[in-house]
Amino acid sequence: MLDLHGYGPSILKGAVITVELALLSLLLAVVLGLIGASSKLSGNRGLYAGATAYTTLIRGVPDLVMMLLLYYGGQVLVNKLSDFLYYEFNVDWFFQFDPFISGVLTIGLIFGAYMTETFRGAFLAVDSGQIEAGKAYGFTRWHTFRRIMFPQMLRHALPGVGNNWQVLLKTTALVSIIGLTDMVRVAEQASKAEHAPFKFFVPVAVVYLLLTAGSELFIRWVNSRVSVGVVKGD
Amino acid sequence: MAENAPLICKDIHKTFNDNEVLKGISLETRKGDVVSLIGSSGSGKSTFLRCINLLETPTAGEVIVHGEPIRFKHNRRGVRIPADNKQVELMRAKLSMVFQSFNLWSHMTVMENIIEAPMHVLKVPKKEAIERAEAYLHKVGIYERKDYYPSHMSGGQQQRAAIARALAMEPEVMLFDEPTSALDPELVGEVLRVMQSLAEEGRTMIVVTHEMAFARDVSSQVLFLHQGRIEEQGTPDKVFDNPDSERMKQFLAPKF
Repeated sequence: MLDLHGYGPSILKGAVITVELALLSLLLAVVLGLIGASSKLSGNRGLYAGATAYTTLIRGVPDLVMMLLLYYGGQVLVNKLSDFLYYEFNVDWFFQFDPFISGVLTIGLIFGAYMTETFRGAFLAVDSGQIEAGKAYGFTRWHTFRRIMFPQMLRHALPGVGNNWQVLLKTTALVSIIGLTDMVRVAEQASKAEHAPFKFFVPVAVVYLLLTAGSELFIRWVNSRVSVGVVKGD
Repeated sequence: MAENAPLICKDIHKTFNDNEVLKGISLETRKGDVVSLIGSSGSGKSTFLRCINLLETPTAGEVIVHGEPIRFKHNRRGVRIPADNKQVELMRAKLSMVFQSFNLWSHMTVMENIIEAPMHVLKVPKKEAIERAEAYLHKVGIYERKDYYPSHMSGGQQQRAAIARALAMEPEVMLFDEPTSALDPELVGEVLRVMQSLAEEGRTMIVVTHEMAFARDVSSQVLFLHQGRIEEQGTPDKVFDNPDSERMKQFLAPKF
């Protein structure tokens, strides 16, 4: 085992936090992406405008700014709301933003915007004849969505989702800025204390590389599952 | 008798952005009728077929399935839409459609394609749906392909699978939208032969087609559409051998 001046276990712990952060953010991003894409495609003008404002805003602001804004600004807003609720309605409610929750919210929100575009494109890529066949056989709209549109959308979306995931995983490193002890932060502290940047940052880089390479393989496997019945190059 | 007519269409009009594609088409079928809709591209025959199961909503006119008229209403912008989506879904389950480009669900096997609508729309138990599917797959001659995905079969096999899917609904009327137009010439025959056998069983069918031999030999009624109107109508003998309309004569004239 590498001698990391005793920092090995805490870097490992940081890596676990990185993975948890990334997975929870992904979940939020996928949910937001599906809602965003459905809103954009709903044909309802209000929903379309809301989703467009969301994606435009998020994609136009740097991730770091978003994160600082949500972490510091979010707490201020919560404090105000908490005071307001207590004095006006005598409701005792408070919520402490910790770096982990802020990280999940920010990254989920940012990548939800990218996922919105990914899913929107994927829904549009489903051949209209497939949906028409559902209609023609008396399917309800929901049944058509669930059994035909959604599974066929997935195979168009997966490459984009995989891409977003890779970028998302690396974006989690930003959360060390707001004080979450993910592996980047541990490595940073360790390298400062020991004056040995290579010794700590290279292992961190390797862990990221293993995570992204591993997910690449996983995505390829899932892709082969959802693309069953598709002729290559079709 | 009109109440027993599987399908009646009265004075169907369809307008797309000021362009009137159908200018009043009426059709009455009896059980076992095979109606061929012929005419050049753009004559409105496919649009008419799509108006029957409301894939397009007729701008005016009535569709009556087995004595039950489809109800319409106007939305806020004054566009005519079906009044009751449930009624439309029930009606569509009685009129199954075969498409030009097959439109088999590409992520499902042939078997899954065939049992999907009977199970989820007609609520047939799975076991029975599978038995039904197997019987119809034998009928169209592709039983051994039941576990294939559509993209792994020839166009003719896909279209026969699509016909089995339509049959599995045990529909009142089968709608065929140019079922052989997307096929290689040597695959047309296998699909037409299946369709002919269905006609001989007494199934009610409405077929948009360019296959004149099929229209002449298999149909009981032929409608020749031209620019959104019925230009010539009657038995195949009358329409093909003794047409009144100049257009129909031109349409039938040898092209070279």
